[in-house]
Amino acid sequence: MIGDIRNGGSLVMRRFLRLCLDLLFVKGVPVTDVAGTQYSVGANLSIKAHMPMTMKYFRGFLWSSLALLGGCHALLLNPPGDVARQQSDTMIISTGIIALIIVPVMIAIAVVAWRYRASNSKVRYEPDWEESPRLELVIWALPVLIILAVGAISWIGTHKLDPYRSLDRIAPGKPVTAATKTLEVEVVSLRWKWLFFYPQYGIATVNQIAAPINVPIHFKLTSDPMMDSFFIPALVGQVYTMAGMQTILNGVMSKPGRYKGFSSNYSGAGFTDMRFTFDAMTAANFRGWVAKVRASGGNLDRKTYNRLRQPQRHVPVKYYAHFQSDLYQRILNLCVNPGQMCMSDMMAADAGMHMKGMHGMRGHDRHMQAKPSMMTP
Amino acid sequence: MTQAMPHRADIWNVLFGRLSLDALPFLKADTEGHILLGTLFVVLVGALGVLGLITKKRWWGYLWREWFTTVDHKKLGIMYMILGTVMLLRGFSDAIMMRSQQAIAFGSNMGYLPPAHYDQVFSAHGSIMIFFVAMPYMVGLINFVMPLQIGARDVAFPFLNNLSFWFTFWGAMLFMVSLFVGEFTTAGWLGYPPISELQPGTGTDYYIWGIQLSGVGTVLTGINFVATILKMRAPGMTLMKMPVFTWTALCTSGLIIAAFPVLTAVLGLLSLDRYLGMHFFTNDFGGNLMMYINLIWVWGHPEVYILMLPIFGVYSEIVPTFSGKPLFGYSSMVYATASIMILSYMVWLHHFFTMGSGADVNSFFSLTTMIISIPTGVKIFNWLFTMYRGRVRFTVPMLWTIAFLFTFIIGGVTGVMLSVAPADFLLHNSLFLVAHFHNVIIGGVVFGIFAAVNYWFPKAFGFKLDAFWGKISFWCWLVGFWVAFTPLYLMGLMGVTRRLSHFENPALQPYFIVAAVGASIIAMGILSFIIQIVISIMRRKEYAVGGDPWNARTLEWSTSSPPPDYNFAFIPQVRSRDAWMDMKKHGYQRPLEGFNPIHMPKNTATGVIVGMLSFFLCFGLVWYIWWLAAVSFVGMIVVAIAHTFNYHRAWHVPVDQIHAFEQSGNW
Repeated sequence: MIGDIRNGGSLVMRRFLRLCLDLLFVKGVPVTDVAGTQYSVGANLSIKAHMPMTMKYFRGFLWSSLALLGGCHALLLNPPGDVARQQSDTMIISTGIIALIIVPVMIAIAVVAWRYRASNSKVRYEPDWEESPRLELVIWALPVLIILAVGAISWIGTHKLDPYRSLDRIAPGKPVTAATKTLEVEVVSLRWKWLFFYPQYGIATVNQIAAPINVPIHFKLTSDPMMDSFFIPALVGQVYTMAGMQTILNGVMSKPGRYKGFSSNYSGAGFTDMRFTFDAMTAANFRGWVAKVRASGGNLDRKTYNRLRQPQRHVPVKYYAHFQSDLYQRILNLCVNPGQMCMSDMMAADAGMHMKGMHGMRGHDRHMQAKPSMMTP
Repeated sequence: MTQAMPHRADIWNVLFGRLSLDALPFLKADTEGHILLGTLFVVLVGALGVLGLITKKRWWGYLWREWFTTVDHKKLGIMYMILGTVMLLRGFSDAIMMRSQQAIAFGSNMGYLPPAHYDQVFSAHGSIMIFFVAMPYMVGLINFVMPLQIGARDVAFPFLNNLSFWFTFWGAMLFMVSLFVGEFTTAGWLGYPPISELQPGTGTDYYIWGIQLSGVGTVLTGINFVATILKMRAPGMTLMKMPVFTWTALCTSGLIIAAFPVLTAVLGLLSLDRYLGMHFFTNDFGGNLMMYINLIWVWGHPEVYILMLPIFGVYSEIVPTFSGKPLFGYSSMVYATASIMILSYMVWLHHFFTMGSGADVNSFFSLTTMIISIPTGVKIFNWLFTMYRGRVRFTVPMLWTIAFLFTFIIGGVTGVMLSVAPADFLLHNSLFLVAHFHNVIIGGVVFGIFAAVNYWFPKAFGFKLDAFWGKISFWCWLVGFWVAFTPLYLMGLMGVTRRLSHFENPALQPYFIVAAVGASIIAMGILSFIIQIVISIMRRKEYAVGGDPWNARTLEWSTSSPPPDYNFAFIPQVRSRDAWMDMKKHGYQRPLEGFNPIHMPKNTATGVIVGMLSFFLCFGLVWYIWWLAAVSFVGMIVVAIAHTFNYHRAWHVPVDQIHAFEQSGNW
């Protein structure tokens, strides 16, 4: 679709679109379309140099109007995390584009309603005027144009900022290279607390997460047993956590600080207190934090986990110096406890069953437990 | 997932299922118990007062003959509107409770509603407002107006219409009973699993059966409306000469017929999970909650347009009438409506971009969502150009319409912001989202309902509504809405999410206090609306009007106010779009003689009885009182079959009766 607009659209439309795209991404960005072809949008534009200024101005405008309304800290309009900021940009730009049409329309409604009030006999009255093909063409075309522009922004933004897509930059102008290290964090939402595994460091925490700044963070998320939504507004937009399934999120933080994280999806009585902190810090401080967790924590094994997963409100921060190495995989595959068959094994068995035409197994049945090789040790 | 029965002799469990004195929350000595005891007291006093008055005035026979058993689309329409208004008071009480809880629950103050109660309140608020306020209002309006607009004497299936009403009514009663007997769901207005499935107790069962009942009623109504519009239009009224309100009623009914069975099916699967321990939506045995969330929104998004389309129709009647001009771009309006009908099935995933569907899927649904705003934008332009070069009269219905235009445009903008998938990752589940959908539901649907009530009230009762109190109500709603929801928009942008019963950040408290003030301004708007009705009834002689008080354009204004049972002594001949305006222009003279007897359907008690039995069926299912459920179910079947043997379902209005009315009616 973008390709069509790029190649076939009118000059004005093309410039307008380029303007929006460039506002959004500043530099030419590679985008993969549905068919898998890679191309670059927003590059080679003469107006490029003005774009950051425009964006800044626009953000400032929104800020000042909000400040008038109450001086709140509208975090989502100015989040420090690079991904959240780009997501926020798509919101601000699309609002700006829609404003192009709705502000004049709202003024027109006020003016027309007042001007053609019944008591004003000086203005023209056409009691039978009910159609004008030319005008109708315009009233269909205007929203179409606006939606083309906003749609392009969403289409590109959705692909570029897909939470599953690995980051391609740490900050504007700082691309991710082969040398860039990524922090892996495995997340489990429990009733009503958050459990974080750091597989690269062998530690785990509850309700607190720390990360070095300017390092891409790769989250793998699951849940047990509710559906929650993992959200650190300052860092990156949210994604659902669901039992037996894994979702992915990528983010990076450039400013050290303590940020709020929570579940944004209702999951029961303790949902309101399901909060955690996200501490972004320098690499040295992060090393210190890891050492602190290692020094102060216990061991998270299956038994500890079963206690931890009981519903509980207001859970304090907990540190674990070690965890059972396959625990996250077992939570994800619903086989923490002995006698539970891992979903991954079940799927493998199902696949095998179809291949070999095995008899004696009825679907995802408890009979499956009879096969010792598939049982939890 | 069946719940353990109370510990007592088996015979009691057979007789009462899991119902016991412990299930009555108002007997508990906690805050919730006290609140409910107080509410129960007020409800009982109010109900006894009303029942006593009816008995004292000997109105029971009148109510039974003229209203409960009626098959008249006009009376059923009015009953739907009354049901919607009563349930609005209930749903709004929930809103006030939420607003006050959130205004005080900061820091060490936990507020007065513990999560278990607060979560029921927000679930009840959402489901009541959609299923038992907005839907009855919408069905009631179409019921009253549409047959008159197309020059018909009733809907295609008058008995079915009565039955649908009673299903809806008893569904609402099931929700009301859950307030005092047992509990309501805490799983939100859409009952997402796994929580709706893992939750013990009767809350989710009340939710399921209340909605199933009203859902059956709604589907039957949708079928009824489609048959009526397609088969019973006055001669000469081709599809492209139908009033726009009727067009929107047709499209909405199409949506109902296609969408509501999905709701019935998905709630049926959920009840299999809950009652028989199946796992469609929980992980064991390969179930998956994503299936529920997809299915419920396959119904849920069209539902938004089921509510919205008829209201677009309302505005499309009001703007031309009070601008003294035909609607600008009728064909555009019709095509816009029809395309919204189709598109509304293609956007459901935008309610959960954050489920991790991947970029291609999210982009598709993001784009389809945006595309819906094109026909919607066209409608705004159509109304704008209808006012252009007109003579705009700022009556109460017109004030609501203009306020709608501004409010709804803002709601549309925030909607497009949410439809940008990457932005939605930030805004999903936030108070921004809450503000957005209240913006379109209140600013669109509710404003439209009030516009419609003020517009068609004179047709229904023969006198106008008091304009002074109408304007007070209007301003309270408009100002109250913005005061209540602007803070929510702002807090949404600050990253504050929904359904929280307690806050730690004291900086948020002023916003919630302002929002609570806004809600109380809306409360004054509702109060003014009730005062408006009462005052108008008291001054009905003074406010009496004829058949066409607004100099309107469509056929419903060509008959008496209120219309006779048979609507039209002679079915009108339609030559152009605004049929009544056309008749007026060409000097139409109403014939005063030469009448023929009119064939009309007879009242029947079957709907009342089947409806009531359906209530007992569902109550039995909620509480595991299996004998009650079985007896009620068999009873429903027997009564329904017995009804098929009733061959005296119609009568002829005699000529002298028609003659007398046509001479004396209120024209």
